[in-house]
Amino acid sequence: MPAQSHITDEMQELVGREMRRWVSFPVSSSDIRRWAVAVYYPESPPGRFWDAEVAAVSRYGGIVAPEDFNPFAWMVAEPKGQSTMAAAASNPDAIENGFQVAGPGLKHALNGGIHISYGVPMRPGDVITSVTVLAGYRERLGSLGLMLFTSIETVWTNQSGEIVKTGVSTVIRY
Amino acid sequence: MSSLAVKVGDELPVFQRRTGFAEWNRYAAVNDEFVPIHMDDEAGRAAGFQSALGMGNLQIAYLHNLVREWLGDRGRILTLSCRFNAPNLKDTVICAGGHVTAVTPREKGVEIALDVWTADAAGNRLAPGTCTVLIDR
Repeated sequence: MPAQSHITDEMQELVGREMRRWVSFPVSSSDIRRWAVAVYYPESPPGRFWDAEVAAVSRYGGIVAPEDFNPFAWMVAEPKGQSTMAAAASNPDAIENGFQVAGPGLKHALNGGIHISYGVPMRPGDVITSVTVLAGYRERLGSLGLMLFTSIETVWTNQSGEIVKTGVSTVIRY
Repeated sequence: MSSLAVKVGDELPVFQRRTGFAEWNRYAAVNDEFVPIHMDDEAGRAAGFQSALGMGNLQIAYLHNLVREWLGDRGRILTLSCRFNAPNLKDTVICAGGHVTAVTPREKGVEIALDVWTADAAGNRLAPGTCTVLIDR
């Protein structure tokens, strides 16, 4: 007998809707340097992420952030003072609950993967806007039961309206 | 190395890290990712794993490091995709690797397609994926 779907009619109606819109504080050289230190630890990060002289002679003519840099960590400028991680970290139903809709009630949520397309790099002083849309649901029967895969598309643009990146991530719940 | 020197089958130099709380705590600090399964072995076990596990986002960062170190200042990353097949358990030595799968001339340079992955010491691929880069003419 097939397992009962986790996807309710109310959840299906959320597909295509905007989940959130964030505006970052201006990216700082220090933000970029600390990020690079963390992702290269315990070795030193490349000079182009923290040494202005090295960066000046690179293809970008100055310091740029690693592509994987997150300018929204800890707090965003808009919505004013909002934390970006706390709700998602503690509640597997946070996606649906953000729309005032009941989630599937599954216990665990994992990052299933991502596809990212890059545009212009992030530089010190940039203000990045992120718009996230619930792109879709699908299910698959796995060793841990019927697993729910949720696709989420996020587009980042800078203060000039240039696309920084587009990412489609998959959240696996079981 | 110029774009002309890149050919299908070329291997990228491996990017290797031993991963555990020292690495994960630093990443949590910059990405505000203090999730219990990344901080606490008990929370990892409660979620069905042998220990705490590393962040998927840090695996993505290691894949970017791999490609950037190989690419240098010759070009830029266009796309990167990966999925998470297996958890990065505590104290695992992670090797990020890759090889060239296609070389395609474009108007502004040469587009290189790569298979990329992170793997544990036994060679099990934790985060396999693909990447494309554009190398300047």
